[in-house]
Amino acid sequence: MTDTNGTELLLEATGISKTYGAVVALKSASLAVRPGEVHALMGANGAGKSTLVKILTGAVRPDGGSITMRGRERAVHSPAEARRSGLIPVYQEPALIPDLDIRSNLRLTDTPIEPYRHWMSELGLPDLNLANVARTVPLASLRIIDLARALAAEPDVLMLDEMTAALPANLTERVLEVVGRMRGGDRSVIFISHRMIEIAAVCDRATVLREGETVGIVDITAGSEERIVELMLGQAVEELSARQERGATDESWRAATPRLSARGLSHGTRLADVTFDLHPGEVLGVVALEGQGQDELFDVLAGSDKPSGGEMLIDGKPVRFGHPADAIRAGVVYVAADRAEALLMQRSVRENIALPFRTAFSKWGPINIGDERKKVTAAIGTLQIDTRAQREVRRLSGGNQQKVTIARWVAGGVRTMLCFDPTRGIDIRTKTQIYALLTDLAAAGAAILIYTSELKEIQLACDRVIVIFGGKVVAEMNAADADEPTLLRAAYNLRSDAVMPEQAAAEAVAAESGSEAVAAVEEAMTK
Amino acid sequence: MSGATATAPAPARGEARVSAAGIRALLRDRPAIPLAILLGILIVMSEIVRPGTVDANWASVIIRTAVPLAILAGAQTLTMLTGGIDLSVGAVASMSGFVVATLVGDMGFMSAILVAIAAAALAGLMTGIGVGIFRVHPLIMTLAMSLVVLGLANVWQLQNVQTGSGVPPELRTLGAGFTFGIIPNSFVVFIPIALLILFGLRRTGYGRMLYAIGDNPVAARLSGAKSWQILLLLYIISAVMAGIAGFLLSGATNTASVTLANSLLLPSVAAAVIGGTSILGGRGGYGGTILGALILTVVTALLNSLGFKEADRLILFGAIIVLVAAAYTRVTSES
Amino acid sequence: MTAATTTAEARKPGPLDTLADTARKNGWTIGLLVFLGVLLAFTRFIQPTYGPSGIQNLAIQALPLALAAAAQAVVVIAGGIDLSIGSMMALTSVVAAANMEDQSPEYAVFVVIAVLVLGLVLGAINGTLIVATRIPDIVVTLAMGFVWAGAALLVLPTPGGGAPDWLKDLVLGSLGTEWLPKALVLLAIVVAIVWLPIQRSKIGLWLYANGSSPLAAFRSGVPVNRAKIIGYMVGGLFAALAGLSLTASTGIGTPVPGPTYTLLSVAAIVLGGVSLAGGRGGLFGPIVAVFILSLLRTDLSFLRINTNLSTVAQGIILVAVVMVGTLVQLRRERR
Repeated sequence: MTDTNGTELLLEATGISKTYGAVVALKSASLAVRPGEVHALMGANGAGKSTLVKILTGAVRPDGGSITMRGRERAVHSPAEARRSGLIPVYQEPALIPDLDIRSNLRLTDTPIEPYRHWMSELGLPDLNLANVARTVPLASLRIIDLARALAAEPDVLMLDEMTAALPANLTERVLEVVGRMRGGDRSVIFISHRMIEIAAVCDRATVLREGETVGIVDITAGSEERIVELMLGQAVEELSARQERGATDESWRAATPRLSARGLSHGTRLADVTFDLHPGEVLGVVALEGQGQDELFDVLAGSDKPSGGEMLIDGKPVRFGHPADAIRAGVVYVAADRAEALLMQRSVRENIALPFRTAFSKWGPINIGDERKKVTAAIGTLQIDTRAQREVRRLSGGNQQKVTIARWVAGGVRTMLCFDPTRGIDIRTKTQIYALLTDLAAAGAAILIYTSELKEIQLACDRVIVIFGGKVVAEMNAADADEPTLLRAAYNLRSDAVMPEQAAAEAVAAESGSEAVAAVEEAMTK
Repeated sequence: MSGATATAPAPARGEARVSAAGIRALLRDRPAIPLAILLGILIVMSEIVRPGTVDANWASVIIRTAVPLAILAGAQTLTMLTGGIDLSVGAVASMSGFVVATLVGDMGFMSAILVAIAAAALAGLMTGIGVGIFRVHPLIMTLAMSLVVLGLANVWQLQNVQTGSGVPPELRTLGAGFTFGIIPNSFVVFIPIALLILFGLRRTGYGRMLYAIGDNPVAARLSGAKSWQILLLLYIISAVMAGIAGFLLSGATNTASVTLANSLLLPSVAAAVIGGTSILGGRGGYGGTILGALILTVVTALLNSLGFKEADRLILFGAIIVLVAAAYTRVTSES
Repeated sequence: MTAATTTAEARKPGPLDTLADTARKNGWTIGLLVFLGVLLAFTRFIQPTYGPSGIQNLAIQALPLALAAAAQAVVVIAGGIDLSIGSMMALTSVVAAANMEDQSPEYAVFVVIAVLVLGLVLGAINGTLIVATRIPDIVVTLAMGFVWAGAALLVLPTPGGGAPDWLKDLVLGSLGTEWLPKALVLLAIVVAIVWLPIQRSKIGLWLYANGSSPLAAFRSGVPVNRAKIIGYMVGGLFAALAGLSLTASTGIGTPVPGPTYTLLSVAAIVLGGVSLAGGRGGLFGPIVAVFILSLLRTDLSFLRINTNLSTVAQGIILVAVVMVGTLVQLRRERR
């Protein structure tokens, strides 16, 4: 098995197909990985990427097609067999057993200890105790352990599936560096990430999937980003354009009483001191590196958790939330990033949207079905939800599911909405729709607070942005001034005078303040 | 090439898949229809093996036997919808029946029934506090509550040996008697309960909440649902239903015993499972459960008439539950 | 664990740290042991005549439940739950008693081995059905509980059968000193022979891994289905041992399906520190918990308190322990 240049292929998958009931997940996917390359696997949501990953790793059997490793046909029916044949995956969710210590976890996969230690120090976490129970180890460290464990097994093909998502910057750097070193050797890496910058930094080639088929293989060079996105979308790139004319919008909101104010909010060890105002008619962005207290901030604001200090005001009056119900009563509603956290997967779209109408004790009585249907239909229309599979929400696509989580609040009328990474893992078209909706809601007088992990979305969706670092607000700026380099510098809590390319900035900080912050956080968590 | 040969039979398989998908959808979305068909088949079989069996009398006896189970299974259905299980329904039902039987002589029929229901509600309140507020796993909490109720009922029994003499006639009339000679009195009690639950689950906010916290407690909480309120009320409702089932059963069987309804505990779960309610929560309903209770009752009667013994019946029960549950799992799982 | 690994770590744990670590990890079990000791002292205090014969009775009484708790513990650790343990005990007990009655001692040895194999087979059937049908464990084992109970009634419709003297001798009486009941020694040996090799091997890791996180276990290359079936098989083996111990201690086989044993086994493992969520706990804690529960019952009778109240006490203790556990966990999470 050789590819067009005559190089022998390490892994080759051809004509892979898979259907689930009536749904075709993969029509004819192919993937060819040369030895010594880092190969990106790209595809929008629903393109079949995750199905292909499951098939390659033995979690799912394909209906058709063949997979060869080093030219030999390979039938993989379980992750154990995939491991034996030389392919080891590392996922966003580490495959470590929470109730076993690290040593037992290594024993479980027959991983030799010394190479594991070697890779742990290469990856920047040399001092981790093997007797620690995995449950007590911070998530970011677990991912590194999982990676080190995979590397120690010396697989022919290492598959990293969104492994860097939400990983602290300094650790991401280490991971990318280690992955980059694999280039040119005998082994290969299949690299899956939503972040183009990482693809550009470490990958040699990219295979792009669309609608269950491989639609192109791109050599990564300058400007190949456009090409990849085009292939993923199957049409010329529509720029995200929700907020293009935002510069000229009415800014009278600045004068009004803030809808929601935080005064010195703190929680545990992560959220130290956060103060900001959110006005009616405003979309306020929140930017932070992973684990800087944004999760806790949103939990506190949404009433999921009580603050350990500070004060919250709604329309200038102090409030205390003991339960999300209190926040909802005060008009503060929360859209979670994780749809599995927000949806009743076995229930209908209607029940999901109408869920908040019924939660209060006083609303437990008979339902006015006609009234409910009217409200729900209106919300479905506003969000353009595809309701063909409305009987069970779990049968909807990811983007439609996310729309349902928003629709449930839109149906009741929005005063203050908190959105935590609402566009995580959804396709560009849905993203555009969601941002347009947020803009419309703000224009109608709602106050919207949005955390996003994708910096370039700030300028597209927000009026203003605050940056949190180490549990404190370290910068505030108008969206117009918040281009990516500026935000990145602010997120690392750097002075904005020196002109620094992103990459250099990331590295500099990873070496200094970033790693300290991460170390402090990890220490706090293991206590 | 292998690809070509694989695609050739595709159209035929496609058609087969359509009808299979239709059956799947039917079982998934309208489980009552296949269950009703199954019940019909069983009734026909009863008539075939013993011609002349199936008549109005037979039906009313079947219904009378099924009512206590259907009520207990209703309690079980409600708790299962929230992802819980109520192992205390047997103990609570037995206790309630026993309390009524022993108190009627002293305080009159209605008062005795009220005391029994109040005692059941108290047990339910305790369970609800444990599950809802202290977050004790329902399996453990209801198991513990059944131990407590059984123990207290035993103590009560020892202190009332002299009074506890058989089942009072009022209870016999309620549990075993017939209105117009054909409609079981217990069925008259059952109808409003069943309608209330059917309506409650479909058309009330509380019903929605039961499904919601069973399907996804985090999502329900983030939407403002306070699960402790929902669970507290749920376990009270469940215990009260168990209490009602208890004295109906006591009347129907003409027995007052502190372990009377224990043998109905597992069938109550079985009826709910056969009726399509998922033990994992968030899926199911009471209509299916009622059919499930009827199916179990008719199967029992059928086996009895064929001279099968308890042993065979138990084995067949087990097999039916596994088969039906397997069918549901097949049609409701996505991949 | 070894010198080579500790040198590379930044902070070397001293011997005291290791001790403290062991104490922290096994804190619950140590607490249970201390409590059992206190309870024994208390028993001696309220009943000065309590001595070797009392201890022997305690061990004989506790033996079947202790083995049932071991069975439940293994299954729950591996991520399941087995509601058919009581019925498996009944079935294995009657099979043993029916086949050993009036037979030679040598033949009885063969019967014992066959019954142990039967336990493995019953467990394997439970596990395979769960894995193959993907029905929740609780439903499958509930249903199979009916089946095993029915089968037990087929084997022996009424209590009967017999056991050879050597088998009775294994559990009755004491060994060496009169303070060391044979039943206790037997329990220790049986658990050590069955569980220790499993726990130390890769299979033990599989069981814990599958119970702790099936997805992570699957992705780590654990054959999760096989792991689950093995868990149920070991559970079945322990259930068979429990059934044999019933026959040995009573001399007959009783086909009474034992929901009490099933439910008490769940209570015991929870008290013994096994998480119902799976992946956590061991066998020692549940066994100690069984002795505590049995001794409590004895103490109540010494105190001339209605023994029915011991059932109430068991329920309340169960809930109290779980509530305390939950509160401790909540506090730990808050910090």
